[in-house]
Amino acid sequence: MAKVLIKGNEAVAEAAIRSGCKYYFGYPITPQTEIAEYMAKKMPKVGGLCLQAESEVAAINMVYGASASGVRVMTSSSSPGISLKSEGVSYIVGCDLPCVILNVQRGGPGLGGIQPSQSDYYQATKALGHGDMQLFVLAPSSVQEMAQLTADAFGVADKYRMPVLILADGALGQMMEPVDFDALHFTPEPEKPWAVNGHAGKRKKNIITSLFLKPEELESNILEREKKYKTVRENEVRFENYMCDDADIVIVSFGITARISKAAVNEARKKGIKAGLLRPITLSPFPTDELYRLSGSASAFLSVELNMGQMVNDVKLAVQCRKPVHFYGRTGGSLMSSEDVLEQIIKISGGLL
Amino acid sequence: MIVYKRPEALSKVPMHYCPGCTHGIVHRLVAEVIDELGIEADTVGVAPVGCAVFAYNYFECDFIEASHGRAPAVATGIKRTHPDKIVFTYQGDGDLAAIGTAETVHASARGENITIIFINNTNYGMTGGQMAPTTMPGQVTTTSPYGRQKMIQGNPIHVCEMLSTLDGVAYAERVAVNSVVNVRKAKKAIKKAFQNQIDKKGLSIVEVLSTCPTNWGMSPTDALKFVDEKMIPFYPLGVYVDRNAMGGEQSDK
Amino acid sequence: MTNKMILAGFGGQGILFLGKKLASAGMENDLNVTWLPSYGPEQRGGTCNCSVILSDTDISSPIIGSPDTLVAFNIQSYEKFMPRITPGGVLFADSTLIDKRPERTDISAYFIPATQIANDLGYPKLVNVVMLGYLIKKTAVFERDYMRSYLTDSLPESKAALREANGKAFDAGYGYEG
Repeated sequence: MAKVLIKGNEAVAEAAIRSGCKYYFGYPITPQTEIAEYMAKKMPKVGGLCLQAESEVAAINMVYGASASGVRVMTSSSSPGISLKSEGVSYIVGCDLPCVILNVQRGGPGLGGIQPSQSDYYQATKALGHGDMQLFVLAPSSVQEMAQLTADAFGVADKYRMPVLILADGALGQMMEPVDFDALHFTPEPEKPWAVNGHAGKRKKNIITSLFLKPEELESNILEREKKYKTVRENEVRFENYMCDDADIVIVSFGITARISKAAVNEARKKGIKAGLLRPITLSPFPTDELYRLSGSASAFLSVELNMGQMVNDVKLAVQCRKPVHFYGRTGGSLMSSEDVLEQIIKISGGLL
Repeated sequence: MIVYKRPEALSKVPMHYCPGCTHGIVHRLVAEVIDELGIEADTVGVAPVGCAVFAYNYFECDFIEASHGRAPAVATGIKRTHPDKIVFTYQGDGDLAAIGTAETVHASARGENITIIFINNTNYGMTGGQMAPTTMPGQVTTTSPYGRQKMIQGNPIHVCEMLSTLDGVAYAERVAVNSVVNVRKAKKAIKKAFQNQIDKKGLSIVEVLSTCPTNWGMSPTDALKFVDEKMIPFYPLGVYVDRNAMGGEQSDK
Repeated sequence: MTNKMILAGFGGQGILFLGKKLASAGMENDLNVTWLPSYGPEQRGGTCNCSVILSDTDISSPIIGSPDTLVAFNIQSYEKFMPRITPGGVLFADSTLIDKRPERTDISAYFIPATQIANDLGYPKLVNVVMLGYLIKKTAVFERDYMRSYLTDSLPESKAALREANGKAFDAGYGYEG
């Protein structure tokens, strides 16, 4: 089949179904409701189930139960709804269960707005739930990538038995772009001998719990998980290096703003300014080593985000004060233009030259 | 010859419950029912947050620990993906009727084909005897130290009465385990609640009036008397709904 | 070549459909394309718009500040978006519903009584297709024959009447002299 013109939200849903996810639990919230609608239409046709829960809290706990019983499952929401899911996410992490969660970000805090935002970066990468925990966070920047990263998310979730969060935004969710579904690659679902789905008299009972009252037991449980996170950091970091290797100014940007930044990089190059774009595809694990490497050759970094400066702090940590790290952002639902980013590049390069 | 022995579905480990607490009795009844229906190999239990948080250690079937109040949602996730398995939740009153009210009501309204064992002991046992949604008017708890007053702490919830109004609930019965006769009735109700699930009839809930001697500040025998004299008059025993018996329509899934 | 288009009007005028047709025709012609609708409460109360970008280079943002092309189907859209058209850009407007004319001289303005034409044809729902025909005539976004057959061929053969209606509406728009 050739390319189809499809919304980001629908591309995620279709890619999930093609990944073997037959169960979706969710609750309507703008700007991601198309996913539930798409799932409701398609799931019955593939012998799956789309269930509209009474709340985000219930939805994530349905995901928890379904994942624990050994199936590929996902939920999706937008910022305020993701906050509600955070309790369940923490339990899913604490039980080492796989699942896929999509956040089509809108502006916050509170009810905020419904236009695109990246202001849940901290929540996604630092604390989507209580406790010593991390998520695997993927940041698509096109509709094709919305689809591919969804397929990847199921593979990573199963491989490491951890929830994978896809951090998108209202623009990526609502926009249509051509997608080639035949070009997607998938990871087969592994056996799940740990699942609670009846011991069938063939094994000892399985227990899935995140409760460890003895401090030494909880500590060793967390240390085990930390080993897993270390493996993830060593093996799963993904980024796009666009003309960074000879760049004086490296822009760091993910998702929708990475596209805008890439256009600005191209314009800057035309003006003789050596700019580059480092686009993290995994926000957690973060491409720390690559940024550190670039801090040897680049003169300055510019983090471009749809918030008041969140990822910029991870960039600073990676660069370790070797080079100045600047920030440029819009928030509340407005996007910057590539001209706006170019202006920042010119400003920084003026300071350099 | 009748031999009193541990049900197969009950694990050979000592329970952590307080002396005189009736959780042990209810656990045993559930295990006996699982044995008698021969469903252990296909059963998944969902434990609550509350005194029964360790229920997963006491049964031989697969078990998962839910977060506080979410057991019906977790059970929904398991049952909907494995309709041929038997899924039950075991929840206390704070879990089911306070923090988990939405999950309880909506799983009931949807008619999820699951079984809920609901322990009503009129207080939060695990955290040390705070007021529960089932604490009775005038009852003293650590967070209603002058007795529960309608104008301050509001009214308690009668769970079986409330849930019986929902079409998805196939069966709701309130029982007690304060006497031999009541224990037998309780077992019959629990068995029916599991059999209903096997028969795909919808949601079944058995509310069990239980004791909490430690937090009530009573001896085990006085606690049993409290159930008889105070709780049963306020929370009358009986079948609140049995849609199959009444010939009513089950919710169409 | 990059063409940033805003199409705007009332719900029911087929605006989102028109945008999708242009975007998918762009896709068929190996252009990069994006299509972004207005969403949320904005879509209540009857107003409706979408942004379509056709480009032979990567599209950075699907959100359009200044459109190269505005297709306005009601006065509200005209007033909201006309001042934002890029200098040198193009305005298409349904003169049945828009009685104003721009004071700007740095844009090309094309008016067509699309609603009137569609009603006269007996296809009141095909205002968008009439406009499409006119748009294709006045700009070289896509070839006439290509766009016409792309439009009609995308309808199932079982809906022959609808195919015919779309073809006629397209021709009426294309044939409008003004």
